[in-house]
Amino acid sequence: MEEQLKIDFEKKLKDFSYSDQEKKFKETNFKKFLKHGFPSRKLENWKFSDLNQIIKSNIGELTFYNDYKKENQIDKIELISELEHNIIIIVDGKIEKIDFKFEDQDKIEVLVEQGEETIKENINSLINLNNAFTNKFCKIIIKKNYSLKKPLVIYHSTNKNTQFKNTNSRIDFKLEENSCLRLIDIFNDNSEKNFLNIYYNFELDKSSVLKNYKIDKFINNNIKYSYNNVKQEDNSISETFILSSGSKFFKNEINCDLLGQHSSAFVNGIFDLDDENHHEIKSNINHLVENTKSYQLVKSVLEKKSKAVYQGKIFVSSEAQKTDGYQLSNAILLSENSEFNAKPELEIYADDVKCSHGSSSGSLDENSIFYLMSRGLNYKEAKKLLINGFLLDVIEKITDEEIKNLFKSLLGVKE
Amino acid sequence: MRDKQIEDLKDYKYGFSTDIENFKAPKGLNEDVIKFISNIKKEPKWLLDWRLKAFERLKVLKEPDWQKPKYPKIDYQDLYYYSAPKSFKDKPKSLDELDPKLLETYQKLGIPLNEQKRLNGIAVDAVFDSVSVATTFKETLTKQGIIFCSISEAVQKHPELVKKYLGTVIPLTDHFFATLNSAVFTDGSFVYIPPGVRCPMELSTYFRINASDTGQFERTLIIADKGSYVSYLEGCTAPMRDENQLHAANVELIALDDAEIKYSTVQNWYPGDKDGKGGIYNFVTKRGLCKGKNSKISWTQVETGSAITWKYPSCILKGDNSIGEFYSIAITNNHQKADTGTKMIHLGKNTKSKIISKGISAGFSDMTYRGLVDIFPKATNSNNFTQCDSLLMGNKCGAHTVPYIKNKNSDSNIAHEATTSKISEEQLHYCQQRGLNPEEAVGLIVNGFCKEVLQQLPMEFAVEAQKLVGISLEGSVG
Repeated sequence: MEEQLKIDFEKKLKDFSYSDQEKKFKETNFKKFLKHGFPSRKLENWKFSDLNQIIKSNIGELTFYNDYKKENQIDKIELISELEHNIIIIVDGKIEKIDFKFEDQDKIEVLVEQGEETIKENINSLINLNNAFTNKFCKIIIKKNYSLKKPLVIYHSTNKNTQFKNTNSRIDFKLEENSCLRLIDIFNDNSEKNFLNIYYNFELDKSSVLKNYKIDKFINNNIKYSYNNVKQEDNSISETFILSSGSKFFKNEINCDLLGQHSSAFVNGIFDLDDENHHEIKSNINHLVENTKSYQLVKSVLEKKSKAVYQGKIFVSSEAQKTDGYQLSNAILLSENSEFNAKPELEIYADDVKCSHGSSSGSLDENSIFYLMSRGLNYKEAKKLLINGFLLDVIEKITDEEIKNLFKSLLGVKE
Repeated sequence: MRDKQIEDLKDYKYGFSTDIENFKAPKGLNEDVIKFISNIKKEPKWLLDWRLKAFERLKVLKEPDWQKPKYPKIDYQDLYYYSAPKSFKDKPKSLDELDPKLLETYQKLGIPLNEQKRLNGIAVDAVFDSVSVATTFKETLTKQGIIFCSISEAVQKHPELVKKYLGTVIPLTDHFFATLNSAVFTDGSFVYIPPGVRCPMELSTYFRINASDTGQFERTLIIADKGSYVSYLEGCTAPMRDENQLHAANVELIALDDAEIKYSTVQNWYPGDKDGKGGIYNFVTKRGLCKGKNSKISWTQVETGSAITWKYPSCILKGDNSIGEFYSIAITNNHQKADTGTKMIHLGKNTKSKIISKGISAGFSDMTYRGLVDIFPKATNSNNFTQCDSLLMGNKCGAHTVPYIKNKNSDSNIAHEATTSKISEEQLHYCQQRGLNPEEAVGLIVNGFCKEVLQQLPMEFAVEAQKLVGISLEGSVG
């Protein structure tokens, strides 16, 4: 793999005329990735999902070079029809289209030059990989006091003939004071056996609101990793919702630094897994100042040989008094071969806090099924109704009505 | 008056050491020392081979580094692996023959070694440094067929039992400290309860580290045969020392069909002084195997001492319908660090486990609960309930919860909950309003917080433990 990496990276550097600064940035990151490689079970963070192994058994040998000079076809990508929205389309890691057609153009700025301050990257080897191979830098700035009228939908797609490829994409967002962004990620793949690596950076200024909804619903054989890095100032709110279902493997990592007082973070998720899919959510909520709040709720419904992992961590520094942290995960195992692993972690250094977590996993409640069947439903209907109610709990956490309805129709749950 | 009392308590209650000429093996860890230990204990060849095998394994093992508390590197070549009171070479036949200084030490500790204590119904196998001193109540126990003796004695008298069970729960190939223990263990207790016997009294051992620089490597083996019951108490105190002392014990429990073992620990070793200097390193491996059907193993621990505590009493629930329980109170103050919890491995059908953990940290200390609940695919209809609560006093200390939860069986249920908080102002205010001073109020509230676990302790221990909880937290409020 190392040979392939080096060849692909050389090719990559020749493709564009990168500035010296960019070149240096890519090279340092590349070196770091070469040193550490894909994460394996030896790392605490990857204890339940050995990415090295997963790539080997599902893809085999990866190649890393993507030709970004040619245009990709984007007109075949299915857009969601339920709601009007702004569009960003990413194909094979390349941003093909940015269209804020519903917004005031002077309120949104798109930067393509990499600033000095974004160069310090030391999160994990996959981010290094991303930085080394991403196409061009892209930063979207939402101006002060502006709320996007319509949600922004980012379509992540692959070309029909892309296979055994690693694709990397990165977008930075800055939400200026009192602004609001609703962001939906939709994964819509046209080919199989690729490894998609997605990295978002969010800076939330005072009183800004970010709502990020990730929808991985379409069944596909790709492996995905997504990392959200969120930094929050005073009174800001971030809401992340993950519907994890279609891909072969998907790990969503959310890192949230609550840097300003009265900021809050919400992470909610649903695992709706079938076949041999293996999905994971890993959250890191860092309470760094007083009076911050976080809430996490993850529910799983697991069929056949599927496996879900939830690793949630709440960190409270010694300055962060009056922290309110909560974490709950529930799982229903529907098949003998399904598996649910959880590691809800608390690391607390301040005493005046309220932090708790709960986790449960088990089968469907026989008594409830019996009750419903005695009311005239058959077993299948009873089961469906119970799961419906189980998942609805999480969907109700979505604060945006329009998007809530979209999710309901996607999952086929009713009120 | 009260201030004086507190002042007295602040200094470690059991901090004294007795001058007995020690009989030591040469410093260092090598094959010769292992042979020396084996030779001096007149061990059979198979045990020496077993030790040497462990030593071979040890050479390739590395010390674990994933645990939260970090400690300065231990120079294993700079430790004595065997020391025994010299006057001990010829075993005393009765208590009167014991070194009077030794008896004095026990008296200070309040160990019920003498006649009047027999009325309390406690048989004591006291360990002074590394060799068992005397065992009382033998007769009563022998009548029932119960074997309760030091492990070296068991090796001589019941080699078939030791050979059959030693290392079956904690194998040679385990982690660094467990393997170190297998190579150089010196003494410890051995208990065998024959089929259908309910042990008529609580068996108890007091461990005590005395000689400076001597790591204690205890090995305890308890076997409860079919349909038997035993309750075992372990209590620890150690004299005040400046250097850090290593303690790496192994405890193996085996419960056969319908048997029950209850293992209670009160650990109050020297935690180091107020600035975190000195104190014991307590790296203990405790594991129980519910081998037979309907068997039960229950761990109860009160951990208040040691500079660093690092232990996870575990249950392997292999037999169908077997039950594992873990009740724990861990209190850390000043610069103490504790990383403790349990592992419940569900292998058999209809197995149940329960974990109640209460952690209290004050001062500059760090407390971690680390636990694993693992339900295997074949363990249908298994259940686990976990509750771990932490209490923080001040913002210089830390409380952490790291549970690993794995469910691979759809008919099994796991429930886990954890909370972290501080003592509420309302509760404190209420107690103070009723005339308690802040320290008493905290003591009362903490005792209430721990009640679920304290209730699990045998009577004799419960009282002691309750006092200990209070003493450990003195000076942490204000």
